[in-house]
Amino acid sequence: MATERRRLLKLAPATALAAPVVMARAALGNDPIKVVGIHDTSGGLDIYGQPMVACLDYAVAELNEAGGLLGRPVQLINYDPQSNIQLYTQFATQAATRDRAAVVHAGITSASREAIRPVLRRYNTLYFYNTQYEGGVCDRNAFCTGSTPAQNVNKLVPHVLSTWGKRLYVVAADYNYGQITSKWITKYAREGGGEVLAVDFFPLDVTDFGAAIKKIQAARPDAVVSALVGGNHVGFYRQWAAAGLKSAIPMASTTLGGGNESLLLTPEEGNGIVCAFSYFQEVDTPANKAFLQRFRAKFGARTPYLGGELAMRTYTGFQLWAEGVRRARTTDRMKVIEALESGVSHDGPAGRTVLDPKTHHATVDVHLAQVADRGFKVLQTFPQQPPSDTASVCDLAANPGSNTQHVVDVRI
Amino acid sequence: MDLALAVGLQVLTGVAMLVIVSLGLAVVFGMMRVINLAHGEFMMLGAFAAVLASGAGLSLWVAMLVVAPVAVGLFGLVVERLLIRRLYGRMVDTMLATWGLSLALVGGMTMLVGNSVSGVSAPLGSVAIGGFRTSGYDLFLIGAAVALSLGVWAALRFTRWGLVARGTMQDAETASALGVAPDRVYAATFVAGAALSGLAGALLAPLSGVVPTMGAAYIARAFITVITGGAAILAGTLSASGLLGTVSTLGTFLSTPVLGEVAMLAVAIVLLRLLPRGITGRVFRRAL
Amino acid sequence: MTAAGRAALHIGAAAALAAAAVTVLPGALELFALINATVWAAMALLALSLAFAWGAGGILCFGQTAFFGLGGYAYAVAGINFGDGALAVPVALAVATLAAAALGWLMFYGRVGDVYMGVITLTVTLILFKFANSTAGEQWRIGAAPLGGFNGIPQTPPLNWPGEPDNALTPEQVFVFAVLCLFGCYAAVKLVLLTRFGRVAVAIKENELRAELLGYDVRAHRLGVFTIGGAMAGLAGVLFANCVFVSPTMFSLAYAGQVVIWVLVGGVGTFAGPMAACVALQALTAWAGTVPGFDPNLLLGGVLLLAVVAVPRGLLPTAQSLLVRLRPRPRRRGAEERPMAPAE
Repeated sequence: MATERRRLLKLAPATALAAPVVMARAALGNDPIKVVGIHDTSGGLDIYGQPMVACLDYAVAELNEAGGLLGRPVQLINYDPQSNIQLYTQFATQAATRDRAAVVHAGITSASREAIRPVLRRYNTLYFYNTQYEGGVCDRNAFCTGSTPAQNVNKLVPHVLSTWGKRLYVVAADYNYGQITSKWITKYAREGGGEVLAVDFFPLDVTDFGAAIKKIQAARPDAVVSALVGGNHVGFYRQWAAAGLKSAIPMASTTLGGGNESLLLTPEEGNGIVCAFSYFQEVDTPANKAFLQRFRAKFGARTPYLGGELAMRTYTGFQLWAEGVRRARTTDRMKVIEALESGVSHDGPAGRTVLDPKTHHATVDVHLAQVADRGFKVLQTFPQQPPSDTASVCDLAANPGSNTQHVVDVRI
Repeated sequence: MDLALAVGLQVLTGVAMLVIVSLGLAVVFGMMRVINLAHGEFMMLGAFAAVLASGAGLSLWVAMLVVAPVAVGLFGLVVERLLIRRLYGRMVDTMLATWGLSLALVGGMTMLVGNSVSGVSAPLGSVAIGGFRTSGYDLFLIGAAVALSLGVWAALRFTRWGLVARGTMQDAETASALGVAPDRVYAATFVAGAALSGLAGALLAPLSGVVPTMGAAYIARAFITVITGGAAILAGTLSASGLLGTVSTLGTFLSTPVLGEVAMLAVAIVLLRLLPRGITGRVFRRAL
Repeated sequence: MTAAGRAALHIGAAAALAAAAVTVLPGALELFALINATVWAAMALLALSLAFAWGAGGILCFGQTAFFGLGGYAYAVAGINFGDGALAVPVALAVATLAAAALGWLMFYGRVGDVYMGVITLTVTLILFKFANSTAGEQWRIGAAPLGGFNGIPQTPPLNWPGEPDNALTPEQVFVFAVLCLFGCYAAVKLVLLTRFGRVAVAIKENELRAELLGYDVRAHRLGVFTIGGAMAGLAGVLFANCVFVSPTMFSLAYAGQVVIWVLVGGVGTFAGPMAACVALQALTAWAGTVPGFDPNLLLGGVLLLAVVAVPRGLLPTAQSLLVRLRPRPRRRGAEERPMAPAE
């Protein structure tokens, strides 16, 4: 872990070094285009943030090596908010008012997104949020490129119901992501003829799950669905296995594998947990294999494990923005937004990603996979899933002034 | 019936964890009237010592039960020599200085190992009780809490060191007139307390993640348990742990982990309002 | 110089400083730096609130952030419900003041000792932290305002001109307001110390037993000092909510610790010291945060350790006595020899 952190710190100068080379090649006097990344590379959320920053660094370096954007080099500024929500606001303000960034790729938890989204909107700075989340954000200034419940939970829960049984127990992180996702789990469980016995919420700093594990046993569910988040919550999977329940009650998760949690779990603790994301490092396509080869060539022995979609969405989100700038022929915010609304797509390691103009969300390929020896084994692939949950409540073409997160009405 | 048994066991585990977490702090507070706010970070150091030692190939048991307390005990010796010694008798200053130490340790450790969560898996497998399964390690923790309490009791009650320490605690001047060097007694006590903290951190490492900031999760609980317990080391820690651990675990069962902890803190405040000198300031006054 | 004369001098100097800040800084600073300066002013007010409770009343409060957070939350909740930030300010002050009074009553009328006071206040702020953190569910809302749990309340409304809910203050105006609040509170606490109430409070701090035997009501005076400190911390919370937004971190152990450090480093018993230490340490940690691989906690912890061991009285009083020693004026009594009035 220690080496990983230091490596990331060293990585920033490496990308900075790439810039002067490009500048020499591009016309003199061209200022670099500033891109700001705000991701936690320390604190409880670093298990997600570190691979995300690595992918963003890689995407920027790759672009600069290919000659930059509009003939200008791209300068990436990374901030580490240390898993502290208020630092997110501070850095977002800094990115908008001091760095005057062309775009901000930022945020891991939904809490961090809701902290920075209003700030960037107020200061007219384009915002990309590149992780899977609970859906419903409807804001013309923001693009959400990760998958949402209609894309992932909708695949995960039916699989659980048909494989393991109808009685589910939900454990979730206690903030907007967990609260809303648990409703989606309940909705899809009902629709599939199942029932949710109980939902337990845990703040992100909880590490002791002893009592909760006894409560789950008392309810005797057929399966447990987890929407737990962050390094502290990894303790749940450990303690679950230590109590010998791993073989007794199967488990699925909407979050495990978003970062490198699967690496922290021994095969005995992790194997068999089922997840659904719009990317897994193990996805077997030529594009992904080629990407991973280049990625490994750049990072060598320090290549981070990408796990599920968060890191890859960060790479893809950056590509989508770059495509928007190319089409707009400028970094001007409104022109880039209009270009992005003209139907931009990207074919990359995660397959085809198409931006939906009405919702600013993305149509993606979704995969169902299970943890296997600190990695994943892909079970099934669902190509080109639209963000139908957000689409049911949000139409930015009709209401361009919209600035809310709709909590999709889950009729329970 | 099974449920009652499972709940009872969970309550016992909760109490045992509080005892383990608080004992090191209680020894130092009871003997020296020093509140070591770096206690949580001493635990963190113990946890890291255990994780690193077991990662280096030592058996997990040796790493937890030997390496961690010895390493943190030695660290405690250094801290006592350089810092605590200068501040004896200045309770508030000691609290603030150890608070500074705690922040510096978190910062220094973060720079050394990064702020990522690492950990070890709990050994001992699982045990079936009626229809419930529980981690064997939970049962081990209950045993460890009992053993530690008995150990501290025996050391205070039966050893010469315990006699000297109790004497110094009651009246340092008389003890010193009788040829005891209070300095050395204090140093030894602080080292013993630090070793207990290190052991506690190592024992809890398999349950939670090991990370430089982990101390913060425990210091408040330990601090409140010790103050609520009052000056008597064992009687105070055991009575306060018993009460607060039960409240917190039952609260967690009945509602959520957060409300469990809130209930525990609220009980502590009410207790301190009623018994400003802690539980053993009123009852069990002559206990150890 | 008389105590009143000295206070007038200090207030005058502070007024000049505040006037300079509000005229020069809004034009000179970038928007980002100005917002930061507003946060620092809010924090300086928080430092001042503890400097008053601890320095003038001898109340060791480890949980000053409880009132800081309550003030912020009350402001956000009331502001969202009223749709008017200006109306929310008195509500926030009232909530913080009442909370301080209630907690003060519990402690002082329960005759809780020094260290136990520290524990109780710390526990209260931890309870609030835990509680605020667990309010993510949609059932946790007060009127139209969801409490938001871990997220806090990002939609915390900005301050507006009284009576004009749609006319929000610009960041420059918020900065000016923050500086005025800080100056006003500084002047107020200086003046309070000149009153009979303030002098008795300081006497109690110096020797509780003696003051009590002389017939002063220790409990009531302590309660008064503590409540005033709580109200100021609440106002600091309102200012903070205006430039960031309210979230459970306002109650966190880290914030609670920082306030104590500022006061201790600046000098318990002084007011300017803690405020200066607050700004200096915030600047220092902000700078340390930009040094790659360096952890600001190490710096903060190191400063606290050094302060306790090397300059236990704090920087300002130590600097003052150094000055006095360099320029001995035997007829006039140096400030540090007059324990009855806070040295400044």
